[in-house]
Order: sequence, then structure tokens, then C-alpha cells
Amino acid sequence: MNDTKIAIEKLNLWFSANHVLKDVSLNIPPNAVTAIMGPSGCGKSTLLRCLNRMNDLVLDARITGRILIDGRDIFGPDTDVIELRKRVGMVFQKPNPFPKSIYENITFGPRIHKMGGPDEIQALVERTLRAANLWNEVKDRLPDNAFSLSGGQQQRLCLARALSVSPEIILLDEPASALDPASTARLEELVVQLKQQYTIVIVTHNMQQAARVSDYCAFLMLGELVERGPTAQVFTKPSDKRTEDFLAGKFG
Amino acid sequence: MSSRPDPRTPNPAPLSSVAPRAPQRKRFASNAGFIALALPLAVFLAFIVYMFVYLLANGAPMLSWRFLTQPPQNGMTEGGILPCIVGTVMVTFVSLVFSIPVGIFAGIYLSEYAPDNILTRLIRSSIRSLAGIPSIVYGLFGVALFVAALRLGLSILASGLTLGLMNLPWIISTAEESITAIPSSFREGALALGTTKWEAIRHNVLPFAFPGILTGVLLALARTMGETAPILFTGVTYFTRELPHSLLGKFMALPYHLFALTTQHDQVMKVRPIAFGTALVLLALVLAFDAVAFAIRMRLAGANKWQV
Repeated sequence: MNDTKIAIEKLNLWFSANHVLKDVSLNIPPNAVTAIMGPSGCGKSTLLRCLNRMNDLVLDARITGRILIDGRDIFGPDTDVIELRKRVGMVFQKPNPFPKSIYENITFGPRIHKMGGPDEIQALVERTLRAANLWNEVKDRLPDNAFSLSGGQQQRLCLARALSVSPEIILLDEPASALDPASTARLEELVVQLKQQYTIVIVTHNMQQAARVSDYCAFLMLGELVERGPTAQVFTKPSDKRTEDFLAGKFG
Repeated sequence: MSSRPDPRTPNPAPLSSVAPRAPQRKRFASNAGFIALALPLAVFLAFIVYMFVYLLANGAPMLSWRFLTQPPQNGMTEGGILPCIVGTVMVTFVSLVFSIPVGIFAGIYLSEYAPDNILTRLIRSSIRSLAGIPSIVYGLFGVALFVAALRLGLSILASGLTLGLMNLPWIISTAEESITAIPSSFREGALALGTTKWEAIRHNVLPFAFPGILTGVLLALARTMGETAPILFTGVTYFTRELPHSLLGKFMALPYHLFALTTQHDQVMKVRPIAFGTALVLLALVLAFDAVAFAIRMRLAGANKWQV
């Protein structure tokens, strides 16, 4: 892993007195899928939300350590959070389309960032929806409310929306946890497709999912990074007893 | 109770002998509960219907184009109530021009920006308490602040601002509550796309909180139109021959006109029909605004499918 897109260095995070992330260090390579897995409450979502600084919204959060994206510290004084969040897109655990039309869901970000004229935005809608494997299902109903879509379609719409502001990195926070198996399969397929162009970090408590989609994975437990490495290696020859137990289904 | 039923007996005898009586008792309890809940509503509805019918029966004969477009004549025993309608509309307008922006921005600040600490909690509960202060106290405060200290005199402006001040706690509270009710996923979704906090609020929160805010404004408006005490001290007058031509003049208003005709006039019985007509017009104005708000809410609620 000498090729690094995101470098997390000795990251510690507290919510008030609660030490949620403990000395986490992890390198995330570009154009690959990195899975962060671990039991519920281990801090994996919190770790993910550090990468686009969504934890800034939590008032009593305190962070030490560094996160470098392309070598630049995202907590540094010269980092613009707005720019950062444009570069680092996010899809949330529960599909959260905006209560607007399918079309407006995609154009929301580009309009606010004034990314081009009407024609370019029109083209962008089609491009992102195609990238999210959703275009054929919704092309005739773009003015419909996004809430009329199924859960799986909503989640792919959210992914298309994240792509609309041309990010380099996509964070997926247990994106399939509210989806049925068929929708999950489609989403996973999509994730694998998208790594050609994007660096993807996916959080999941489902280790089969991690095994199916990821190239690298990290195992987090009680805020500590227990194991990291190429997925095949972590799954076949875990170096830590706790990883082995997790993979054997002893807890989770 | 003390002896455990034998697990081998599938249906213990004592239970089956009790069973038939239970549903009857339950049915009675449920009927009694239904009546206990429905009766107060029925009584309330009866009062409302009676009030409407009574008002309509007594006030409707007065209604005419002349009544709505003429000033009072012959010592207020004839003519119409045009100056009162104009005065009430103007004073309500002034109050809303003041209280809507201030109230909504304060509501946004409290729900989205204010930190949660002792000070803001104190402010919040003060606002709630302010909503319960008797309107006559606002009237007195209006005299001191707007009429005297700010030298606005007895005027539409002073009355409107006093009413606006009275409305403010209601508008702030409903604005804050309807904004807080918007799911945080709307904000997060927008922020994750790299919007500023204000852009997220402006585009992804306020539009959906709008029906709730509108309700607060409309309730305030209905209350404003009917208030007498705050304007009594600050600008309303028993009689003016002309329509108000500036915001700094005195004015007539529907609720005060009603009061004057019913209790202050020297021929109370003679002007009673005019009083009923006035009451009816006031009620109709309030209901008309409510109907507009209702229509807007229904249309917007149709658009906001997430609420369902």
C-alpha cells in the first residue's frame, strides 16, 4: 500500500468524556474499495464521518491526530470544509433523498455550487444516474417525488446525488443495512463498478459484504483498529485473535 | 392462584366459566370510554354551532355593500363600518410586517444556531412565558415604549408594533418547533454535498418547515385582528370621520368598535344590530385568512410526501 489516497494518522476522537476512536492509523489506497468492519458501536461510522468532517456538527466532539488526503491535513487551517465535502461524498445508512423530484435531488448540489449551465446540468443528471445504474428505471419519471422510489432505488439515487458534485472519494455508511437482499446485491455490484473512478470507503457490520466488495479491509473494535490489510489476507489469515473470533461469528 | 394449573390439562375449568362475562364488561367499559371522550366534544361543537347561528341570525341582516363601504353616520346609529375594517387590516398588516421576519429569524436562530446552554434554555422558557402574558400588559408596555418613548403618539404604527410584539413569542415558538421537526437527514444530506450551513437550511429545511411556520403566523394573525386591549391604549379611537391616511394617525378597529357599540354608546339597544354586523365581519375576516392558510397548507402538504 505505498500508493495512498487517505492517510489516517494516530486519530483519537472523544464525544465529551467518551473515548470513541483510539490511536487509529490507516492508509486507504486510491481506486479501490476499503471496508471498515466491526461490531455495532465500535466507532466505524464515527471514523468514516471524520473523513468528511461530519463530526464537526457534533458540538462536544474533540479530535487529535491527522487525516491526510492527497498529503494535505483535512483538519489543517487551510482546509475549506465545503471544498472537502465536495471532494469526499457520502451516502448515509438510511436512504435520505430530499423530498423533491428525482431530478432536483441530483441538481441540488450542482446548482448550489453553480456548476455549469442548464445543458451541462441536464447532461450531468443523466450521467450520474447512469453511473448509479438508475437511469433506465427513472428516466421517464424524473419529475416524480424521490419518495416514490423503492428503498433500493432511493439509496442508488443518494449515491447518484453524491456523484453529482464530482467527488474523488465516496464514503458509504452501511449503505445496504436498510435494503432487501436483491437491492443489496445491485448496490454492491455498483460499488465494485465505481472503484474504477473513485476511492471508496465502505463501513459495514456485515463481513460477507466486506468480503464481496472490498479490496482492503480494516477491523475496528471498541475504537481500536485491530487489523488491516488486503481483504483476502484478513479473511484467510487474520493476525489477531479478535478478528478471527469476529469472522467466526462469535460476536457482532 | 396458589395452585398451579396442571400442564397436562389443556383448558382449566375455572377460566372458561369466567370467560363469557369478560367481553361484556369490556364492551361496557369501552362504550363508557367512548361517551366520556365524545361528550365534551359534542358539547363544545354545540356551543360553536349555537354561536355561529346566533351571530348569523343577528348579524346577517345588517350585511350589505353599504355597510361594508360607508363610514358610521348619525352618531354611529346608521351607516357602515368601513373605517373599522380598514383600521383593523392596517394595524394587522403593520404587526405582521414587524413580527414575521423577526419571529422567523429568531426561530431559525434558536433551532439551528443557538448552543444548548443555560442561557438559551432561559431564553426559550421566557419566550414561552411571554406568550401567556395578558394582552393588556402589552398594551401598557406599548404606551410606554412606542407611544411615549419613541414618540410615535397614538397611532396605527404604535398599535401595530404593540400587537407585533405580542405576536412575536407565538411566531418564534411555532417557527422554532416546525424547523426542529424537519429530519436532520435533510440537513446532513445537503451538508455532505458541500453546502454551507445556511444553504442547507435555506434550501433543505425552511421550505419544508414553511407550512408549520405559516400556521403560527395565521394563528397570530387571527389573534391580532381580534385584540382590543393593546390597541385601546395605543391608538384606536371611538370615531373618526375619515379613513386613516398615514400610519401616524389614530384609527378605528373592528373589535373596539364592537366594544364601543355594545357598552359605550348612549343608544346601546338601537345600535345592537350594527354591533352584530361588526362581529360577523370580524369573524368572517379571521375565517377567510384561516381558509387561505388551510388551502396553502394542503397544497404544500401534498408536495411534502415525507410527512406521510
